[in-house]
Amino acid sequence: MTTASIPWMQSDVARRPLVERLHDWVTTVDHKRLGILYVVYALVLLVVAGIEAAIMRIQLMAPHNDFVSPQVFNRMFTMHGTTMIFFVAMPLVFGFANYLVPLMIGARDMAFPRLNAFSFWLTAFGGVLLHFSFLGGSGLYGAGTAPDVGWFAYAPLTAKTFSPGHSTDYWTLALLVSGFGSIGTAINILTTILCLRCPGMTLGRMPLFAWLSLTMAGLVILAVSPLSAAQMMLLVDRYLGGHFFDTQAGGSAVIWMHFFWVFGHPEVYVLVIPAFAVVSEIIPVFSRKPIFGYPVMVAATVCIGFISMSVWAHHMFTVGMSPAANGFFVLSTMAIAVPTGIKIFNWLATMWGGTIQFRTPMLFCTGFLFQFLIGGLTGVMLACAPFDWQLGGSYFLVAHFHYVIVGAILFALFGGFYYWFPKVSGRMCSETLGKLHFWLFLIGFHLTFDCMHVPGILGMPRRIYTYEPGRGWDAWNLWVTIGVVFQGLGTLVFVGNLVWSYFEGDRAGSDPWDAWTLEWSTESPPPVYNFAALPVVRSRRPLWDLKHPEDPDWKYEQ
Amino acid sequence: MAALAALLSPTAPSGASATQPLSPTSIFAPVSTPADSIFELSLFVLAVTAAIFVTVFGLLLYAVVRFRRKTNDDGTEPPQVYGSYEVELAWTIIPVLIVVALFLATARMIASTQHPAKPRNALDVVVIGHQYWWEYRYPAFDVVTANELHVPVSDAADPAPTFLTLLSADTDHSFWVPRLAGKTDLIPNHPNSMWIDPHETGLYLGQCAQYCGTQHAKMLLRVYVDSREDFDRWIEAQRRPAQADGAVARGRDVFETTACVNCHAVAGTAAGGRFGPDLTHFMSRDTIAAGAAANTPENLRLWIRNPDTLKPGSLMPAMNLSDADVNAVADYLESLR
Ligand code: HEM
Ligand SMILES: [Cu+2]
Repeated sequence: MTTASIPWMQSDVARRPLVERLHDWVTTVDHKRLGILYVVYALVLLVVAGIEAAIMRIQLMAPHNDFVSPQVFNRMFTMHGTTMIFFVAMPLVFGFANYLVPLMIGARDMAFPRLNAFSFWLTAFGGVLLHFSFLGGSGLYGAGTAPDVGWFAYAPLTAKTFSPGHSTDYWTLALLVSGFGSIGTAINILTTILCLRCPGMTLGRMPLFAWLSLTMAGLVILAVSPLSAAQMMLLVDRYLGGHFFDTQAGGSAVIWMHFFWVFGHPEVYVLVIPAFAVVSEIIPVFSRKPIFGYPVMVAATVCIGFISMSVWAHHMFTVGMSPAANGFFVLSTMAIAVPTGIKIFNWLATMWGGTIQFRTPMLFCTGFLFQFLIGGLTGVMLACAPFDWQLGGSYFLVAHFHYVIVGAILFALFGGFYYWFPKVSGRMCSETLGKLHFWLFLIGFHLTFDCMHVPGILGMPRRIYTYEPGRGWDAWNLWVTIGVVFQGLGTLVFVGNLVWSYFEGDRAGSDPWDAWTLEWSTESPPPVYNFAALPVVRSRRPLWDLKHPEDPDWKYEQ
Repeated sequence: MAALAALLSPTAPSGASATQPLSPTSIFAPVSTPADSIFELSLFVLAVTAAIFVTVFGLLLYAVVRFRRKTNDDGTEPPQVYGSYEVELAWTIIPVLIVVALFLATARMIASTQHPAKPRNALDVVVIGHQYWWEYRYPAFDVVTANELHVPVSDAADPAPTFLTLLSADTDHSFWVPRLAGKTDLIPNHPNSMWIDPHETGLYLGQCAQYCGTQHAKMLLRVYVDSREDFDRWIEAQRRPAQADGAVARGRDVFETTACVNCHAVAGTAAGGRFGPDLTHFMSRDTIAAGAAANTPENLRLWIRNPDTLKPGSLMPAMNLSDADVNAVADYLESLR
């Protein structure tokens, strides 16, 4: 079926004026367009926050450097961290889920299309508001400056006494607004998955991506709500004389930490579970085998979701908790390693005995496995409270969480880009550029973040704008910065590849990877209504059943 | 592992000059009981995680090499394997056992180290974190000093550990001298404590490890571990009132008639400010501005003229003194031994 046969689609074919097409994008409630908006928005801010990181790294390239002032450096790490988490990683994850979930479960759209659009625009507004702060203070209009309190904005640095002006308000309001958006999106994903599955798509037959998105959405609701509550309390402190976190007035800095990390730790899983989801779709297709141990993969994920709600205070091992409390959080944190380990082994088992094609998406997933292994193991080390007493808050910690966020999450999402780009655009990405992107980024990533562990072990704390020579940190910091150059080049190649492939790539057809989930059964790009007729499924791999009628999956699944 | 430890330890490898340590802040070179036990636990954890890494990485590498599609692949699909409960049970149980082992080792170490009994010889010091400098109080001796902490060396036969009470005057800070102990935060309205038990004399460096504001980077820590005799001598000197030297009377006058005294104290004079470091025995310190610069006459003058040149964002304002007044005040401070 072609789009031209639907009368109201014809206007799209006969290219309408730019203004009208822009208007369509701004007013759209189609989950696919909103998915694309999320992703494009996140890519723009990835570049912005990447530049902020590069500025930090130029400053730290050598001891006693004076490329930027301490104030500017502090704003840079605050804006970098806040942007990367809330306006790059979250929108990327939501974008993927928005685009793919309805297609994968055979639905025509999300459950609440208008809420979906509203949520996106809230998120977008939050990011704009945050960066608008750059114009303030010593900038253009004197009403505030970019926030400089760190992405976790510990009290009492955010109290009026220590943070006069409006920089902290930008931080608070930007995240509050986008937080509402996130909760809206999560409710939408949850409802869509629970209510709009096509005939035959039982929960047990959903692609893992849908299961993991469901878990992610649940976590968003449970995690973002306390953050929003804390932010409102902070506003009350700053403007209505509340004393929740204002220690000068008897408030508690530790309560803020609890509030923040009750959000902050599950947040890590909000980001990494979708990365698991992407990997769980790509590895089977490129190994030509079904995912190993589907029920166990689902159980492990849900288990991770639950445990992740009870580990937050491992971010607080140095605030002087009792030995019993320390012990509890050591155990709960280490416990997460078990379901996580199971997942890694199951991905390996999926590759085992397959015929693996190393196309770009699979390359990135292999990078994911390797880096997530290391990030996970340094995580286990840091879970030992005494080890954290030494290396929490040091560059070792910065290396650890970038291993997870960049090495695992970003690599998986890059893989996802290459995997679903043909579906979204109707064109294939260039494999040559894709591989160049992969190798540049891999080299840069390892230069930067492998080397970052060492100054941590040698006593270099995070969030310092300069350091003394003679600590043995100098050479390592230089290598770290050189790595950033490679990552920057890799990102340029990536963006170039997307743009070039969008106009010049080979035509993809509906199912270029010979894959098995429902999104590959419709055209590329999919029509507005997704499916001409709602599909009916009998197993976890409906397209395998179609392609292999002699040996369908439903014979093996109970 | 040994190679890594050698690389990261402060004693330079053979060939390099032994007086030039590779890193004076390496956590792999502990010289104090709590740091020692963290180091031992770390080695255990490192060994376990390294073993896991080698195993899983080996499997991954094998899979990538062995199962990559061959060029002569005929396109038939490999056997479709859906899972195996036996295998999955195995790789659930083994990690559980590893986790239990790691947890027990960690819990034992926390229980034995976090709050030890205080021996008779222990020294108490109150540490107060201020935006970008450290205040130290020795309640037993009525001594107040800043930025450079002196403690006695502890010997195994008759331990003399130092117990630190950690307070904050403003924002969060964290006390971290890697070779002596792990870090502990200083949080307003939330007194904390930690202890060190150094068994080698020397100067140990560290710095604030919790972001506390603009100049977090230059909130450096210096801990002098003295022999028993040196420490007693140092305490005695600190307890004496500041030197009253007639030659610097003009400088003292300037000091006491400007805003300096609102923030700084000099015991035995009218200066009683507590916002900035106590200057009573200023010349007993090797550095100024929490380790930001050496305590030399030039640096001191630079500092008094405009603190921002040495430490931008420091909370000490520029006092707008004439050159003559700057020199006079500096001369006065340099007489405070
Ligand atoms: C080229 C890639 C990147 C480089 C070179 C880089 C570098 C850095 C550096 C130097 C810091 C400051 C460390 C400190 O002093 O505390 C930092 C902090 C941080 N980064 Fe990145 N980063 C990169 C990518 C990312 C990405 C993709 C994310 C998340 C999606 C991310 C999240 C964070 C967060 C949350 C912080 C903490 C900010 C804070 O301390 O408040 N980074 N990064
Ligand atoms: Cu500090």
